[in-house]
Amino acid sequence: MLQPGLYHILFISTALFFIGIYGFFSRRNLITILMSVELVLNSVNLNFIAFNKYLWADKLDGLFFAIFVIAIAAAEAAVAIAIIINLYRSHHSIDVEKAEEMKY
Amino acid sequence: MLNETYLLLIPLLPLAGFVILGLFGKYFNPAKRGTGIIGTLLLLISALLALYVAYGYFFEFGKADGVYQKLIPFQYTWLQFSEGVSIKMGALIDPISLMMLVVITFISLMVHIYSLGYMKGEERFSTYYSFLGLFTFSMLGLVMSSNIFQIYIFWELVGISSFLLIGFYYEKPSAVAACKKAFIVTRFADLGFLIGILILSFYARTLDFNTLIERLTSPGSTEFNMAVTSSFLGISALTWGMVLVFMGGAGKSAMLPFHIWLPDAMEGPTPVSALIHAATMVVAGVYLVARLFPVFALSTPHALELVAYVGAITALFAAIIACAQTDIKRVLAFSTISQIGYMMFALGVAKYGGEAGLGYTAAMFHLFTHAMFKGLLFLCAGSVIHFIHSNEMKDMGGLRKYLPITHITFLVACLAISGIPPFAGFFSKEEILLAASQNNQVIYWIGLFTSGLTAFYMFRLYFNIFWNKAPSSSVKSRGEGGFVMILPLILLAIGAVFAGFIPFGNFVTSDGKPLESVFHWQFSILPVLFGLVGIFIAMKMYKKENQIPDKIAASFGGFYEAALHKFYFDEIYLFITKKIIFNLIGKPAAWFDKNVVNSLVNATGNTTEIFSSKIKRIQSGKVQQYAVYFLLATVLMAVLFIYWWK
Repeated sequence: MLQPGLYHILFISTALFFIGIYGFFSRRNLITILMSVELVLNSVNLNFIAFNKYLWADKLDGLFFAIFVIAIAAAEAAVAIAIIINLYRSHHSIDVEKAEEMKY
Repeated sequence: MLNETYLLLIPLLPLAGFVILGLFGKYFNPAKRGTGIIGTLLLLISALLALYVAYGYFFEFGKADGVYQKLIPFQYTWLQFSEGVSIKMGALIDPISLMMLVVITFISLMVHIYSLGYMKGEERFSTYYSFLGLFTFSMLGLVMSSNIFQIYIFWELVGISSFLLIGFYYEKPSAVAACKKAFIVTRFADLGFLIGILILSFYARTLDFNTLIERLTSPGSTEFNMAVTSSFLGISALTWGMVLVFMGGAGKSAMLPFHIWLPDAMEGPTPVSALIHAATMVVAGVYLVARLFPVFALSTPHALELVAYVGAITALFAAIIACAQTDIKRVLAFSTISQIGYMMFALGVAKYGGEAGLGYTAAMFHLFTHAMFKGLLFLCAGSVIHFIHSNEMKDMGGLRKYLPITHITFLVACLAISGIPPFAGFFSKEEILLAASQNNQVIYWIGLFTSGLTAFYMFRLYFNIFWNKAPSSSVKSRGEGGFVMILPLILLAIGAVFAGFIPFGNFVTSDGKPLESVFHWQFSILPVLFGLVGIFIAMKMYKKENQIPDKIAASFGGFYEAALHKFYFDEIYLFITKKIIFNLIGKPAAWFDKNVVNSLVNATGNTTEIFSSKIKRIQSGKVQQYAVYFLLATVLMAVLFIYWWK
C-alpha cells in the first residue's frame, strides 16, 4: 500500500474543485448549484490541510484558515438559501434558466 | 472747477428713470401720467446740470492758454489685458461733448414734456417713458465716452433703444418690420465699425481716444509708421480703419447706402421721431467723425474725401426724394438725411487747425441748430397728426385757422431750415457753404443746389398742410393739444430763431483754439437767393389748389416716379438679399448643414448603435454564463501572472 503523499491529496482536491465548477456551470436546480459551490469550498479546505500537514507540520496556520473557510461557507450557504427562497417566491420555480430577466 | 458728481449725474438720472419706471411703472395709473412727470423731472434736473457744467467749462475752467482742453475727470480700469493694454472706462469732456450734452438733454426734455400730451391715453405710458430714459442715458454716455470701445458699447445701446421705441406699437406689423430693419441695417454697419475699432486699436495699441489720436497723428511715432506702411489691396491699414469706422457712422447717420431704415423708422410715435431720428441718434455718426477728426484730417485725407462725397451725394439725393413724398413724416425723414449729409460734407471739407478748420465748426453749429428746428418740425408734425389722425398731405390743408401756434412755429422752422436770415439755419448753412467753397467747388455747388431744393420741399410741405385746400368738413374742431404740447414748440422756436447768433467759432473748433466768426455778407447772397427762389416756386405751386404740381410731375415722368419710390433702393436691397444672397449662399449653406453635417453627427450615433446591437448578447441574464466568463478571465490572468511576472 502506498502511503498517501502530498500529490495524492492535491489530486483529489483538484478533481473535486473542477467537479464542483462543472456542477456550477451545468446544473439547472439552484440547490444543486449551491451544493457544487460547497464542493468547491471543501476542495479548497483539503488543499489547505494538505499543505499544512506535509510542508509546515509544526505550524497550525492551514488548520486555522480551514476553520475560517468552514464558517464562511456556512454563512454563505445561509445567504444563498435566502436568495433561493426569494427567487422561488417571485418565479415559482428554482430553475436557474427561468431567472434571466436582466438581459439586453 | 468741474463738479464731477454733477457730470456723472447727467447720464445717471435718465438711467435711474429707466430702471425705476421700468420696474415700478405698472403700479402707476396710466391716465394720471405720474410716470411721465417723474421722467420729465429727472430730465429737467439733468438738463440744468448739463447747462451748468457747460457754462463752467466754456466760460470758466475749460481753457488753458486760450485753447480748450480735453479733460478726463474720471477713469476706471475695466479690463486689464496686459501691462500696457487695458480698457479704461471714463468720461471725456471737451467742447463738442459738452455741446452735445446740452443739445441732447434739452431736446429730450422737450420731447418728455410734449409726450405728456401726445401719449395721453396710451396703455403702456410708463414703458414709453422708461424707454425714453434708456435712450437718453445711452446717448449721453455715447457723447461722454473717453474710449473708442466704450463708445461702441453705448452705440449698440442706442441702437437697442431705437429698436424698442420704433417698435413701440408692436401690434402693427409695419412697425415691427421697421424696427427690425433699423436694427439690422445699423448692426450691419456696426460690423464695419467694430472691424475699424480693432484695426485702429491694434496699430495704436490703445483704445483711449486721446492717446489713440496722438499716436496716429504724429508722423514720427512707430504706431503711425506701422499703420501707414502695412497695406491691404493697395490702401494703407490706417485708411481702412478710418473708412470702416466711417461705415459705422454712416449706418447710424443714415448716409447713402444705409439710409433705408430712417424713413421706415417713422412708424414710431412722433415724439420719438423728433428725439431719435431728427436731433440726437442720427447725429451720432457725425459726432464720431468729429471725435476722430484729427486722425481723419491729418493722417488719412482720402478717407476724409470719402466722407465729404458721401455726405454731399446723400444730401442731394435725399432732397430730390423729399420733393416727391406725400407722407409728412417721410418728407421730414428725408430732410433729416439731407441735413446730416450737409454736416458730413462740412466735416469732410475741413482741415485741421485755424481758418481751414471752418468746416468742423460749421458742422457742429449746424448740428446744434438742426436739432432745434428739426425737433420743432417733428413736434409740429405730431401736433398736426394728433389733430387730423392721418399722415398724408392729401388729408390736410387750410389748417392755419385750427392750429395757430403750430402754424407759426412750423413757419419759423421752415424759414430756419431754408436758410433765410436772421433765423438759425441761415448762419450755420452759410458757414458750411463757405467752408465748402473754400475747399471743393463741386461740393459747394451740390450744397447750393440742395439748399434750393430744401427750401422748395419744406415750403411745399408747409403750404400743403396750412394753405392749399380748404379744410375738409370731417375735421374736428378740437383745437391744438394742451399747454404741454405747445410749450416745447415755443421753446424750440425761440431756439430756432436765436441760436444762430451764438458765436460758435469761439467755442467749438477743430483744434480747440477759438476762431473768429466773420460774417461774409457778399457770400451769403447766393445761398439766400437759391432759398428764396425755392420758396417762391413752392408758393406758386402749392399755396392755392391748382394743377401745376401734377403737370410738372407728369413732365418729369419716370424721374418723378423713381423719386416717389425713393429710387427703388428698398426693392434693390430686397432683390439682392432674397434672390442673390439667399439663393446663392443661404440655400447651399442650409443644404450642407442639413445633409452633410447632420449625417456626420448621425453617423456617429448610428455606428455606435450597430456596434452595440452586435455585442449586447453577452449580457444574457444567465448567471452560469457569467460564471464561465469569470473563470476564463481568471485562468487568463493566472497564466499571465505566472509567465510574465519577473
